[in-house]
Amino acid sequence: MANVEINGKTRNVNVDPSTPLLWVIRDTLGMTGTKFGCGAQLCGACTVHLDGKPVRSCGTPLSAAIGKKITTIEGIGASEAGKKVQAAWAALDVPQCGYCQSGQIMSAAALLAANPKPSDADIDGAMAGNICRCGTYPRIRAAIHKAATGA
Amino acid sequence: MTKLTNPARRKFLKSGAAVGGSLVIGVSLPGVNGAQAAADTSAMNAWVRIGADNTVTILCARSEMGQGVVMALPTLVAEELEVDLNRIRVDFAPPGEMYINAMLGGQITGGSTSVRDGWEKLRIAGAQARVMLTEAAAQKWGVDASQCSARNGAVTGPGGKKASYGQLAEAASKLTPPREVKLKDPAQFRYVGKPLKRLDTAGKITGKTEFGIDVRLPKMLYASLAQCPVIGGKVASFDDSKAKKMPGVKHVVGITDGVAVVADSWWQAKQARDALNVTWDEGPNKNLSSEGVFKGLAEAMSKPAASIRQQGDVAGAIQSAAKPVRATYQMPFLSHSPLEPMNFTADVRKDSALLIGSIQFQQMALGMAAAITGLKPEQITIRTTYLGGGFGRRIDLDYMAQAVEISKAIGAPVKLVWTREDDMTHDFYRPASLTEMSGGLDANGRPVALSLKMTSPSVTARLFPPLVKDGVDPLMTEAILVPYDIPNQSVGTVIHDTGLRVGYLRSVSHALNVFANESFIDEMAAAAGKDPYQFRLSLLEKQPRFANVLKLAAEKAGWGKPLPNGRARGIALMEGYETYMAQVAEVSVENRQIKVHRVVVAVDLGRMVNPNIVEQQIESNIVFGLTALLYGDITLKDGRVQQTNFNTYQLLRMPETPKIEMHIVKSTEKPGGIGEPGMALLPPAVANAVYALNGQRLRTMPFRLA
Repeated sequence: MANVEINGKTRNVNVDPSTPLLWVIRDTLGMTGTKFGCGAQLCGACTVHLDGKPVRSCGTPLSAAIGKKITTIEGIGASEAGKKVQAAWAALDVPQCGYCQSGQIMSAAALLAANPKPSDADIDGAMAGNICRCGTYPRIRAAIHKAATGA
Repeated sequence: MTKLTNPARRKFLKSGAAVGGSLVIGVSLPGVNGAQAAADTSAMNAWVRIGADNTVTILCARSEMGQGVVMALPTLVAEELEVDLNRIRVDFAPPGEMYINAMLGGQITGGSTSVRDGWEKLRIAGAQARVMLTEAAAQKWGVDASQCSARNGAVTGPGGKKASYGQLAEAASKLTPPREVKLKDPAQFRYVGKPLKRLDTAGKITGKTEFGIDVRLPKMLYASLAQCPVIGGKVASFDDSKAKKMPGVKHVVGITDGVAVVADSWWQAKQARDALNVTWDEGPNKNLSSEGVFKGLAEAMSKPAASIRQQGDVAGAIQSAAKPVRATYQMPFLSHSPLEPMNFTADVRKDSALLIGSIQFQQMALGMAAAITGLKPEQITIRTTYLGGGFGRRIDLDYMAQAVEISKAIGAPVKLVWTREDDMTHDFYRPASLTEMSGGLDANGRPVALSLKMTSPSVTARLFPPLVKDGVDPLMTEAILVPYDIPNQSVGTVIHDTGLRVGYLRSVSHALNVFANESFIDEMAAAAGKDPYQFRLSLLEKQPRFANVLKLAAEKAGWGKPLPNGRARGIALMEGYETYMAQVAEVSVENRQIKVHRVVVAVDLGRMVNPNIVEQQIESNIVFGLTALLYGDITLKDGRVQQTNFNTYQLLRMPETPKIEMHIVKSTEKPGGIGEPGMALLPPAVANAVYALNGQRLRTMPFRLA
């Protein structure tokens, strides 16, 4: 048994501490906004925040998240950067199939929280770990700039 | 007045489709309108339900995999129904006769047909419901319907009378639907043709959208399936003694495609699956290799082709040409790799089954499920979720069949989830191909002959065998040649089964053929010593829609204007899905790596439902095409697909994405498809640009520079 703090709430889970955080979030806690894409930290679909830093939850054991604040797509709108990112995503109609977008938004929100005015190179660096098979990259880039400038 | 159209020609399924060579899936679909009214709602027809509380639900009978049908198709209904598009609810339709895609003959999402198929049908459905609601109001008020009008979900009549659709729905649903309805003049469209925001965005940016993998049923268990590493192989024997003792494991079951471990959580199921000891009978494909595949294709190339076109005397014209030109182009196998791995949720019981997931072919799902379970189609409920990408992969429903078999075996609801490795090594791959092209130029550098011969495996021969006639698969010959004005032409194909199973992948054979024919016309231009844009244009005098997009792309790209050192442009042209498109790619090469800086796209796709979604799809296709030309390569060794995840099968990432500029021709022609053509056109545009830059001809995809 372990307590995890997720999106500001404490939840008690009874799973093997070596279980990847992704599956604890999705199957144990029933929060399915965080996605499984590759299971090998290659695509970014499972990105969540631990104490505000983006991590790939498919490669992060539950034990590494205990005692830290977990934020998922379901909770990111409560942060200033997350709210701006979601608003920009909506304004520019970024998603297509939408499957990768939880991870994209989590990476973008972490970028903006750390770097409120990112350059294109900063965006490349922060977002290169998130694959979008539909190819929404041009709109993701534009949406991050929009979220940063409010324009 | 527009007559109600026959919903289906059923070109595919009436002819009897087959899966795995045995399972006939030409099931007829329930004739009910599919829009069975839930409590307090009334079904106007198969597409419109209206609740007493004024909730308007529009059914979407195509699968949403990013291409925007969940927005575009209800837009067509809402336009004529006269409701506020922003206040409708959209549900995905169950299998039903009325939902058959008339262009494909089955309830299937593919071929960039959704808007083309629905363009008239869905507006008629909306108009029909509007007429019934108006008539119900007229009867209620004792006036003639011509004195009433419908707008924004309400009918108004003489003397300030007004009734909401919700108040009229029950009475309207009992009226006989009109045989003929009058559709709006396009000049009066409120929604169609406007760049409206998608209605599905809110759920996709908050994690609320339900994809197949997100389905949860009460008491549901989770499954992970070990499949033979060689596709087509079978289980010889297995030892599950270790797996069965692992935490959470409830069942280990052998099914047609392998050994499934079922547990309380997916992670437990996956761990225990890894602890299985399975001995495989690897079957007839255990020695497949990429070398063998391409050797086989090269041998097939020497066989006589099934003729698609014979015009004039090609051999004679090439023999007497001032300059002959020849080249061979090679395409690899590709994986679809949608980001949501294959998965499916099934709850099979003695007298019913509930099946939920990401699928592109509801009709086949019903047929397969009935065959596996022994249940009647009416005992089976199929619910389609949002798809985390499809690209044609989810037309094939092996993963659904597996979940159904597992649930049937254990008597409990189960969600089967594949790993990425399962997904990449058990795809239905885009066929590899070889294309030989030859042509001849006269003394003035004008082409006198053009010939194309291609060989590849046929997806249709596997999935819809009756559609292959006289050795021709119509889905191997798409966009086979641009109709350049060249007097002598021949086209032929040779179907060659390489052993690896193949499937329809976005753009299907357009991608194979356009790479070859638009690279080759560039080679002919170079042999003639002419500018590749002007050379093409001079052959398009009788093809105004082709010429128009070609000119537009060249003009917007600044064709002929100087570029910075180390950069060059390439151009390419096609028609696919009744859409005309030209692209100009601007590239550089550094350390033998191609960088695409800018892509200019000119497109004429006729009328559009939503230009915003059209632009999304063009952007999507450029990224998809760039992925294919830089990386896409599924290879085989010892019968096994060697790529297993995104480290060995790379997909394009943010930093490599070029600037994309789109120019859409204003047109009143009938709509063309936009979900697929763009990806076929980028590879030849880039190859032609590399030639312009450094003189290297890239004839094999993915591109590897010398």
